[in-house]
Amino acid sequence: MFEDKQLEEIKAGKERFKASVDKTLAKNPERKEKFTTSGGIPLERLYTPDDINCLDYAKDIGFPGEYPYVRGVQPTMFRGRFWTMRMYAGFATAKASNERYRQLLASGGTGLSVAFDLPTQIGYDSDHPMAKGEVGKVGVAIDSLADMEILFGGIDLSKVTTSMTINAPAGVLLAMYIAVAEKNGINPESLGGTIQNDILKEYIARGTYIFPPKPSMRLITDIFEFCGTKVPKWNTISISGYHIREAGSTAIQEVAFTLADGIAYVDAAIKKGQDPNVFGKRLSFFFNSHNDFIEEVAKFRAARKVWARIMKERFGVTEKSAQMLRFHTQTAGCTLTAQQPMNNIVRVAIQTMAAVSGGTQSLHTNSLDEALALPSDESVRVALCTQQIVANESGITNFVDPFAGSYAVESLTKQIEDGAWEYIKKIDDLGGMLAAIERGYPQQHIQDSAYDYQRSIESGDRIVVGVNKYHIEEDDSARKLLRVDETVGKNQEAELRKMREGRDNVKVKDTLEDIRKAAQGEENLMPKILDAVRVYATEGEICGVLREVFGEYKENVVL
Amino acid sequence: MADKIRVVVAKPGLDGHDRGAKVIARAFRDAGMEVIYTGLRQTPEQIVETAIQEDADAIGISILSGAHEHYFKAIEDLLKEKNAADIILFGGGVIPESDIPRLVEIGAGAIFGPGTTTTTCIDWLKAEVAKKKK
Repeated sequence: MFEDKQLEEIKAGKERFKASVDKTLAKNPERKEKFTTSGGIPLERLYTPDDINCLDYAKDIGFPGEYPYVRGVQPTMFRGRFWTMRMYAGFATAKASNERYRQLLASGGTGLSVAFDLPTQIGYDSDHPMAKGEVGKVGVAIDSLADMEILFGGIDLSKVTTSMTINAPAGVLLAMYIAVAEKNGINPESLGGTIQNDILKEYIARGTYIFPPKPSMRLITDIFEFCGTKVPKWNTISISGYHIREAGSTAIQEVAFTLADGIAYVDAAIKKGQDPNVFGKRLSFFFNSHNDFIEEVAKFRAARKVWARIMKERFGVTEKSAQMLRFHTQTAGCTLTAQQPMNNIVRVAIQTMAAVSGGTQSLHTNSLDEALALPSDESVRVALCTQQIVANESGITNFVDPFAGSYAVESLTKQIEDGAWEYIKKIDDLGGMLAAIERGYPQQHIQDSAYDYQRSIESGDRIVVGVNKYHIEEDDSARKLLRVDETVGKNQEAELRKMREGRDNVKVKDTLEDIRKAAQGEENLMPKILDAVRVYATEGEICGVLREVFGEYKENVVL
Repeated sequence: MADKIRVVVAKPGLDGHDRGAKVIARAFRDAGMEVIYTGLRQTPEQIVETAIQEDADAIGISILSGAHEHYFKAIEDLLKEKNAADIILFGGGVIPESDIPRLVEIGAGAIFGPGTTTTTCIDWLKAEVAKKKK
């Protein structure tokens, strides 16, 4: 990247500099003997052109909107338009969540993001014994199309895009969304949004799996195929590193395991005869934005580069938009502290700056009280305003990829890229991600990192303000926390009972039998699921049939 | 070795957040305890059954889904029903401080919230087991 003569001078300068630093160190040693990123990447004292000389600007960095997309997926980035400010929300009943969505849209939120409760995420109706105590707790309870109609009441689905955090039963919830749109006269072809639909990270880190890997992968490729023709603007999967990072991984592991999951999905769809130039355009990603600002900016840049290379070189993809890694970001829940929760506003602001500097397509900002409970209305407002302030006041949105060319950022980008390739190679050697999960490989690495992280806090190597340093006793008992009480579950059960009595149960039975037959064969399941949700078959009934045919996944416990 | 503390670390219900459970399980193990980690999706019946069969001194449960009151009560009721109320029950997770008195009333020995060190949990458990064995 630099002329030989220039480099010689820089190298000589570095020698001279080192000698003078040694003198300084003799008098004033540095704070630590070793400096690393949050994820453990060793850091140099000073980065100079010498550190990035191995990069060829045109080939390795390039221009925004062009391969390998290090500098972003659009030519103008946030000078064109801001990212989508998409706040993840949902709790209690469809009615309560609908109210919060309307409020978020009214205060400038530009997309919806639905949080479902655990029974919904795991394919149980609200009256199932396993659902006891969990209904409406971490998200909204959805049993049938009737709940979904209330959830999106008064919201024009042709105008907003909706992201749904749903994995194992993603097809069922997508079918319900399509059915609501149809009832409102909206053509599914015009619907925009995302389903998470990423089962591999559920096995690795998040835990809301239902079926074993093989039928789960089939459900995913069925959705790819179905949406390709029927809901072409829908992002059919959000391949997620977020939860891998939350479970304790390093930044490099987050990139590596996420992209290795991506490879497994592309492989599976190609095996079904699908064209990666087509379905590749609808793959989206989801990353975490942690505290280590520089490392995070580098991480997003590196992820784009590695994925572009995977798609182009490994899968021969020529369509530009199928080479691009487009991603959603959420600030890191695991960095929030229960102690002095107001400090979390600052953490979220730093993480927001990192996500924006790294070129995210959409962002959820966590609320200050989330280490205590689900966020209150007021704390959600502050979180959304944090994005608005970064967008409108910080000035960084006037630049495209503002940290490019920083010797430190470019060096770290390269290190994360190299580190990710190393893991991806190891996973290939193990026989791909499915085989690696079977052996507990990613799980073990994530756990080791999580344990190291905790130990570094306890030893004081890692400072968490208000927790292991600068701790102040604070009376936080006046804080208003959001609570979901037990009447929510009881009411939801009563509504469900009423709904079951009022529907055409013969039709329900027939459509469920059609699903069973399709599941036993090779036919695409999505049209059958859509028929069933239209006649108000419940999520638990549909998943129940699939459980009978596919069986259930049993966790490979690694400790 | 008969003196080794035996502790079941469990994830009740549908919550998939197992980072804390796994970290504390490893810390207990590194502190010389015998740890039985159940994995995800355990019913209260399964957890109590495991604890009785493993002759455990204690059960630690981790809940981040907000369903803590339900699970503490269900597990404590079962322990009493099976004449195993001498097994120490404790837990952690995302649990509002104002809920802790209620959980203690149900029978929780201690609730460790976010930011607690593993040493705090280890020291507490050692002291509780010692008290019980006196």
